[in-house]
Amino acid sequence: MVKNPSSYVPPRVPTVDEVGVKERAAEFASRSIKKAAKVEGLKLVVRMMDLTTLEGSDTPGKVLQLCQKARHPIHGFDDVPPVAAVCVYPPLVKPAKAALEGTDIKVAAVATYFPSGQADLADRLDEVRRTVADGADEIDMVISRGDFLAGHYGKIFDEVAATAEACKPAHLKVILEVGELQTFDKVRLASQIAIDAGADFIKTSTGKIPSAASVPVTLVMLETIRDHFLKTGKMVGMKPAGGIREAKDALRYLVMVKETLGDAWLSPDWFRFGASSLLNDVLMQIVKEKTGRYQSHRYFSVS
Amino acid sequence: MSAQPELRVEREGQPKKAVDLLFGDLWGYAPAPESTGPVRFEKRYGHFIDGEFVAGDKWFASVNPATEEPLVEVAEADEAMVDRAVQSSRKAYDKYWKKMKGSERAKYIFRIARMIQERARELAILESMDGGKPIKESRDIDVPLAAAHFFYYAGWADKLEYAFPGGKPQPIGVAGQIIPWNFPLLMAAWKLAPALAAGNCCVLKPAETTPLTAMKLAEILQEADLPPGVVNIVNGFGRTGAAIVNHADVDKIAFTGSTDVGKIIQRALAGTKKRLTLELGGKGANIIFEDAPIDQAVEGIIDGIFFNQGHVCCAGSRLLVEESVAETVIRKLGHRIQTLRVGDPLDKNTDVGAINSKPQLEKIQELVDSGVDQGAQKHQSRCDLPAKGYFFRPTFFTDVSPSHRIAQEEIFGPVLSVMTFRTPEEAIERANNTPYGLSAGIWSDKGSKLFKIAGAMQAGVIWGNTFNKFDPTSPFGGYKESGFGREGGRHGLLPYLEIG
Repeated sequence: MVKNPSSYVPPRVPTVDEVGVKERAAEFASRSIKKAAKVEGLKLVVRMMDLTTLEGSDTPGKVLQLCQKARHPIHGFDDVPPVAAVCVYPPLVKPAKAALEGTDIKVAAVATYFPSGQADLADRLDEVRRTVADGADEIDMVISRGDFLAGHYGKIFDEVAATAEACKPAHLKVILEVGELQTFDKVRLASQIAIDAGADFIKTSTGKIPSAASVPVTLVMLETIRDHFLKTGKMVGMKPAGGIREAKDALRYLVMVKETLGDAWLSPDWFRFGASSLLNDVLMQIVKEKTGRYQSHRYFSVS
Repeated sequence: MSAQPELRVEREGQPKKAVDLLFGDLWGYAPAPESTGPVRFEKRYGHFIDGEFVAGDKWFASVNPATEEPLVEVAEADEAMVDRAVQSSRKAYDKYWKKMKGSERAKYIFRIARMIQERARELAILESMDGGKPIKESRDIDVPLAAAHFFYYAGWADKLEYAFPGGKPQPIGVAGQIIPWNFPLLMAAWKLAPALAAGNCCVLKPAETTPLTAMKLAEILQEADLPPGVVNIVNGFGRTGAAIVNHADVDKIAFTGSTDVGKIIQRALAGTKKRLTLELGGKGANIIFEDAPIDQAVEGIIDGIFFNQGHVCCAGSRLLVEESVAETVIRKLGHRIQTLRVGDPLDKNTDVGAINSKPQLEKIQELVDSGVDQGAQKHQSRCDLPAKGYFFRPTFFTDVSPSHRIAQEEIFGPVLSVMTFRTPEEAIERANNTPYGLSAGIWSDKGSKLFKIAGAMQAGVIWGNTFNKFDPTSPFGGYKESGFGREGGRHGLLPYLEIG
């Protein structure tokens, strides 16, 4: 921990050229993924999914249904794997944990006064500890974007480091809320600070503001992860979240991971999709590849 | 959590590094070949003279470099055939084209542009089959740009007085145009569009290894009802090109190709009335400063040298990296070339296609061997190459000294020479230390530095924080032994006009 925030020296990160990042992102989108490659990719997407519900109206009953869907995404297609995790608000960790008992599916919870993070650090840490005590395997925290944009980088480092400590043994995902950071340079810096402070995963967005995950912004974060790995040997995971609704988009992310970080990251241990409506589109595509037909939405259970 | 990726050997002859990225086949892409079903072409093509296809008497085969199979037979034009073509162009010039109002000429050129767009898919597939370039490049770059050039110059046809205010721009007459094999259709567009817009008639010779899209373009010209003889196309080798250059009734020669041939042409034209523009070889410097956006610069390096298998006269074939970031850039390059997909040009996921011809492949191999012999360190992609066809692994050399052949000669293949520098002055000196002067790339986050270095480059085309970007509105051409004259933009009209 940095005892005196004013003495914190933010990491030096390379500058990012926006035009170049977007061009590279467009190249991933131009890859043609068909047939067997598509089916394999889509199954991997299911295995990487943090099936999410983050609504004020969530109830234990709703979470139970979500957990059922997480275990058996679709009836009659036994080779479709379960998802990686369900992602819920802290009060719903216990029912989720109970519903997923006996499976490998993780329970992730958005703590630290998600989505704004506007609370005292002590209160945020307290929420994290309680949530982990309730059984959460993974904590998705938010950084204080206000402090970050004001240049209080030491404070960001401290709060991430403190949260990483408080959430043990759960894994920590750090949400940068890239839509509020706006520039790729800021995203690159925030990614590096979060990684330095002990993030297991870095995550794009809360999903609560319109500008969320995109291929270019995820690329900038993956490049930060890549440089950190090559420098230190430490792997960090990546989770784009918010706005990924179609199977086609998800495959673009997989292409990007494959061509940027390589095979080691093509695993739910190192890459996750945070999404609520993506799963059914992926299932629809899997069914289409098997049967040759697109089925009606009515045949896919709501979660 | 899963284990760290396995150890990989990164550089030949270097110790293993404990930490590295693994680009393997955990999740492979299925083949995604573009269908050749909708494409039709003849078994044989002669020449396109006076609005008609005419047969020849000597035939040669154009080979598909990805399969080594003959694709199409083409006739070789002799002096008599070239004479017929030039006479046809002269007649069309006197009879129709020079008298026609610019706005009428524009209609034809616009029509050609639209027809190229309509037949874009067919043209792209043929370009990849005949020349070996990846379908994604012919589909996304060559063909759309070719159409864009016709559109752009069609717009100038009735505005020539405004392009050169105060002058009375007049066409020159009959232009002989000789184009290379690296961008067959696009180079035809670069040559024909400004010449026609300015009111000239043309005799065009495509390269012997890539005649197919020129013949398809001839079909388009025919369907567009272009008056017979305004454009004549003759096939053949260098001898045919020489016949065009030496024909007494040609008023202007435009040549794109090697510096050696360019020099022969310039000697041949000395003392004649003929005008000349040359777009020749290059050994472009791509300069990476330490304050550059490094990951995007690496993409620019890749694009600069591996675009079109490096068969690009303005390729960024000499990489100059500031010493403080050289190690980082080289390591990233080493990773990046592993993800380039080399193979079937018609596969939509192919990044690097086939080398255009066997002689070119041999030339590349010879220069790469010289690099190794002279002591440079070779880094190559580990990708598998198809059993048949002319392919070459993406390659770069480190420990290159400016005296090495690979640092001086144009390789015209997927081979990059990496050198380092310490100060901006050294970068400028090294970048300009070449007989060529076609292109340069500069990568820095600092705008003032970009402009300062750009001003000091002896090169016709300079890109800042990008590379290999083309647009019909932007003039393109060389300094020094890379040639003279500009193609593209308002400047591209000048070689085809007499400004009275």
